[in-house]
Amino acid sequence: MSQFLILIYDDESAMKPESYDYLMQGHNTFGEKNADTIAGGNALQSVSTATSIRSDGAGGFSVTDGPFVESKEALGGYYLVEAADLDEAIAIAKQVPVVAGGLEVRPIMVFNS
Amino acid sequence: MRLTRDLDLAEECVQDAYARALTTWEDGIPARPGAWLTTTARHRALDVMRRDALFRRAMPELVMDEAVPEQDPVNGFPDDRLRLICTCCHPALSTETQVALTLRLVCGLTTAEVARAFLVSEPTMAARITRAKKKISAARIPYRVPSLDELPARIRAILETVHLIFTAGHTASSGEALVRGDLVARALDLARMLRQLLPSHPDVAGLLALILLTDSRRVTRQDDATGELLLLAQQDRTRWDRDQITEGVALARESLRVRPPSRYALQAAIAAVHAQAPSWEMTDWLEVVGLYDALLQLWPSPVVALNRGVAVGFAYGPAEGLAALDALAIEPQLAGYGYLPASRADFLLRLGRTDEARLAYQEALLLTENEVERRFLAGRLDALGD
Repeated sequence: MSQFLILIYDDESAMKPESYDYLMQGHNTFGEKNADTIAGGNALQSVSTATSIRSDGAGGFSVTDGPFVESKEALGGYYLVEAADLDEAIAIAKQVPVVAGGLEVRPIMVFNS
Repeated sequence: MRLTRDLDLAEECVQDAYARALTTWEDGIPARPGAWLTTTARHRALDVMRRDALFRRAMPELVMDEAVPEQDPVNGFPDDRLRLICTCCHPALSTETQVALTLRLVCGLTTAEVARAFLVSEPTMAARITRAKKKISAARIPYRVPSLDELPARIRAILETVHLIFTAGHTASSGEALVRGDLVARALDLARMLRQLLPSHPDVAGLLALILLTDSRRVTRQDDATGELLLLAQQDRTRWDRDQITEGVALARESLRVRPPSRYALQAAIAAVHAQAPSWEMTDWLEVVGLYDALLQLWPSPVVALNRGVAVGFAYGPAEGLAALDALAIEPQLAGYGYLPASRADFLLRLGRTDEARLAYQEALLLTENEVERRFLAGRLDALGD
């Protein structure tokens, strides 16, 4: 088995009051169905709470308001899942509820030493 | 197991660790022999993997199966080729990469040959293939036939890749030659292979039919003496490959039996109407328009609409054809596509609107990079005079 990170991107401006019920219910169902494969996961506070830190290349840092990359769909949460291969990870990711965005699946790097 | 992903290798390493234990433990048995064995096996696995890295890079089996049992969703596949093409055409890889990997690993072309097919340098292609293999390994794209619910979408992706290889060969997008026979032959090989692996799949039959029927005209698409492009209307139909046509028509019929017919089945049916027509004039244009209407429903692409417009011109007259084409002028997808002004020019010419035809040919010439097609358009333009 390998670990994959499922990054959840969604358009916060597209959220309606009923979206939150839909998401809550969707994540509950997802969690129940995939309890064995989920190794971790969290929802993030809205993108308006994001702070970005960039090195200025001279030992200093600039700290700014906002996400690192501005886009319509912002990172809103993630799951860490166990899957045999990419197809399995994609099949799991397809069950994650989103309103107006999508998902990114990334394999976790394993260091052999 | 997590470390090596290769059952045989893991087994070998464990045995090796035991063998080492027998020689090392003469100095005294370690406190936790089990842990020692695992650690030793791990180190051995890493050694072997490093040694094998070179060999593995050259191996077509990109990713080894783990303990995953052999999947058998349809009825048992006779060999590994379907697994291999499923991996090469995995949707997690870009289309460009899918085509390159398929040519390299399924068709067995050298990296240099694949590079030539893409008109890029060999180091560029080598880097692209290496990147793809890295992704297959790192993202764990499985080396197996997908599950039953995934299979239809995956077969569609494979067929698209094969079709892309064929169209790239049938009309080379740039360069001296109109047809790249090597690519056409590879696409035909692949379609035949898929037919063998999935004999009852209607889309596979449709694609093979389409390739056979389109390619049956290959030798007549260019004038033997001058190399000039010859249109369907000008081609010597007696030299069309009758064996390919017979086989293609039978396959097209087979693929059309499934309702609704697939995109390839309809395209093959259109090619079959042309292949069976005794002459350009005696082509059943109404049937062609009808098939394009059905195709457009299934595949609402501006390019299909363009072809339909051309057929309308022959079925109902150049004014109707021109109207159908002019309706496509706003399609952004066709903005850089030379066939639209070239087809408009032909209808304008038939309507006696020579000045507009000249402009349209000039526009087409600007948009066409294939030398043979350029000469054809320049010839048309010359024939119009000043």
